[in-house]
Amino acid sequence: MSLRSPLARVRGLGSAKDGTSHWWAQRLTALALIPLTVWFCISVIAMSGADYVTVATWAGSPLVGGLLILLIVATFYHGALGLQVVIEDYVHREMVKLVMLLVVKATSLVLALTGILSVLILLFSRT
Amino acid sequence: MISSNRPLSPHLQVYRPQITSTLSILHRLTGVALALGTLLLTYWLIAAASGPEAFADAQGLIGSILGRLVLFGWTFALFFHLCNGIRHLAWDAGYGFEIETTTRSGWVVVGASVVLTLVCWVAGYVAMAGA
Repeated sequence: MSLRSPLARVRGLGSAKDGTSHWWAQRLTALALIPLTVWFCISVIAMSGADYVTVATWAGSPLVGGLLILLIVATFYHGALGLQVVIEDYVHREMVKLVMLLVVKATSLVLALTGILSVLILLFSRT
Repeated sequence: MISSNRPLSPHLQVYRPQITSTLSILHRLTGVALALGTLLLTYWLIAAASGPEAFADAQGLIGSILGRLVLFGWTFALFFHLCNGIRHLAWDAGYGFEIETTTRSGWVVVGASVVLTLVCWVAGYVAMAGA
């Protein structure tokens, strides 16, 4: 039991100065994902039933490779931010929450890196 | 912290489902589903980077009946999350808060996601027949 009032306890600690950064990053990635997703869907549909060479040549061109990397970055960033909010809303045991948040972030990072490296391999192994 | 056993969130069971609340939780559910679906996307990219044999395996898996079912569900989740996401961005910009508007935009989102999903799959099968 402290004799200090709640106000006295927080006074001077200041804000973290990034109150809206999570919200803003989620909106920006959402905005970026609209054209990227539409482009990706149209491309994949157009290649339905296409052979390996067609897909590898497509993914290995500089423009497509670049857009794919942007799609990967925006997707996993947006996804990690979204899953973070879901976990924070529903998981109330501090330790479980912390572990889940770290697992989501680590998994997103690994998957994003794996995807980016795959695109780079296709780009540099282009024949 | 003072903790009590009083409920903090509304009891979902006692409310009649409304289009607004249903789409709200669907946005979350589809978001989580899409996050899980990124595993498939990553697998597809790894397979493409690993060579023709691995890619053929991936295409075989995705092209199987179960694969197509999952992909169909994923397509719908994607278009729903995309359309409802645009609805959310409009709200963020301060538009569309009237009750009639949110109801109408909700149904527009449902219709658009169904139509876009079907159009994609028809287009996919047409492209496949042509390939």
